[in-house]
Amino acid sequence: MSGHSTYVPSTGFEKWLDRRLPIIRFMHAETSGFPCPKNLSYFWTFGAILTFMLVVQIITGIVLVMHYTPHTDMAFASVEHIMRNVNYGWLIRYVHQNGASMFFIAVYIHMFRGLYYGSYKEPREVLWILGVIIFLLMMATAFMGYVLPWGQMSFWGATVITNLFSALPLIGEPVVQWLWGGFAVDNPTLNRFFSLHYLLPFMILGVVILHIWALHVAGNGNPTGVSVKSKQDTVPFHPYVTMKDGFALVCFLIFFAYFVFYIPNYLGHADNYIPADPLVTPAHIVPEWYFLPFYAILRAVPDKLGGVVLMFGSIAVLFILPWLDTSKVRSAAFRPLYKQAFWIFVVVCIALGWLGGQPAEGGYVIAARIFTFLYFAFFLIVMPLLGMIETPKKLPESISQSVLEKAKALGAGGSAQPVGSAAAPDKNA
Amino acid sequence: MTDSQEAEPARRDFLVLATGAMGAVGAAGVAWPLIAQMNPDASALALASTEVDVSSMEPGQSIRVMWRGKPVFVRFRTDEEVEAARAVSITELPDPDARNANSDGEATDENRAVPGREAWLVMVGVCTHLGCIPIGDVGNNGDYGGWFCPCHGSHYDTAGRIRKGPAPENLPIPPFEFISDSVLRIG
Repeated sequence: MSGHSTYVPSTGFEKWLDRRLPIIRFMHAETSGFPCPKNLSYFWTFGAILTFMLVVQIITGIVLVMHYTPHTDMAFASVEHIMRNVNYGWLIRYVHQNGASMFFIAVYIHMFRGLYYGSYKEPREVLWILGVIIFLLMMATAFMGYVLPWGQMSFWGATVITNLFSALPLIGEPVVQWLWGGFAVDNPTLNRFFSLHYLLPFMILGVVILHIWALHVAGNGNPTGVSVKSKQDTVPFHPYVTMKDGFALVCFLIFFAYFVFYIPNYLGHADNYIPADPLVTPAHIVPEWYFLPFYAILRAVPDKLGGVVLMFGSIAVLFILPWLDTSKVRSAAFRPLYKQAFWIFVVVCIALGWLGGQPAEGGYVIAARIFTFLYFAFFLIVMPLLGMIETPKKLPESISQSVLEKAKALGAGGSAQPVGSAAAPDKNA
Repeated sequence: MTDSQEAEPARRDFLVLATGAMGAVGAAGVAWPLIAQMNPDASALALASTEVDVSSMEPGQSIRVMWRGKPVFVRFRTDEEVEAARAVSITELPDPDARNANSDGEATDENRAVPGREAWLVMVGVCTHLGCIPIGDVGNNGDYGGWFCPCHGSHYDTAGRIRKGPAPENLPIPPFEFISDSVLRIG
């Protein structure tokens, strides 16, 4: 979508098709013809990893639906049926179950990458906002998927999360009954969650296409945060970025496979292997790990509505992030104060995640309040303030220059090269 | 047409607005069944009442009855529990409303207990915070000897009133009546 198409139809069929449906021209412009900054690090491979994970989840999900029964009397048994009787059912389910966690690991790295390198800044605000929408859809999808096996955690997780809406003044109760389709979480709830769990990934896919479109309008950011200035700064997407993405994906899949084959239930909860019982709440309800920081924020507030508002606020604040950060410098590499604030924020998020898994009592609650304050302070106080008081380091003149200086610093032979000769990215030099 | 350039756009505007408004009303009309289908259906509403024989209950005993997919606690309280509940003044309560579907008033023990059977308590056993089932077993029933919700730490007293924790309201009392000496009908 950016720049002039360099595609030249070669075969007779391509020429014929190009005049009727220029789909190959389109694909060429969006992939191999798309110029990328030559200094992209491995933190820029998670977009490809996430796209791959979405496809994995959709394919394994479609297959699982062929064996699953969305009914309160049969859902739990049908999941066990998948595990014990269906050919390779155990593999497909474990891939799907752990795939959700892997999806979130990748998305959190992807988001922190964006936060560190200022990927949300002008002209990429819409790109960032589309990403936040994808994140919200992912959370809804993961939550509803977790309900489907109809174990104890499924049932009580669904109860607690749907009850969040009962905190709304006046309309709370009708809204919750509307969500449930009854007076408690029951079969109608399971059925509609199943329907929506099947729908939402395709909505994610739609927003992912918009996300990539927006990316291809603005172009990739890069570790220096300096915009691409000339052709010298870029390499073609194929083969440079495809190979790098491919290698990163293989490494990620090794990590993924370790979980699937050796510790498939490590990230889950034993309680979810007990069938749902509406009369008994497990003593210690916790959501899946990827929701824990938000759960900690919910529980940090002694007021029901206040807790719900802060929890949703902790994600809503991401939507206005591009306007909270007042600094014009994108990359934290050139922002000494922001860099420190960023790493403190990472620690705050991990601490909230840990606290979300602890019982809500005593010192844990007090600590959760402190870290909740710090979480919001990062966005609402530190970000606007730092842009005004911080003196950024001197930015490199171009991506090429920064690449060459790095090579020089490493004492490699690249130092003798003139600036113009660095067309091929030899980052290992 | 050419000489009425003032009037013509106005008429067009009216037609566009009127057509747009009709379209919006039509879209809302089509959307409503699609939204309303998610509300509790006839079969869920049909389960709205349940009967239970409580003749065998002893003081200190508590049972759980399913009503509308939720547990209802029926507790035959001991004298000490009733006294403890009566000794609390309204000003100490986070939620001073009785939350009783059968009567209005303040959250006194009299307004929450079963009329004519003051030792009895019938209430929906769903925490008013986020819907978990509070525990009423002795030893794990909270700081006030009533119920304790393990999810987020809400403490209820022996009249099912919220005393401490994030829950905003007392445990609600459903519509019920004793249709005979031994049979309780909830709903």
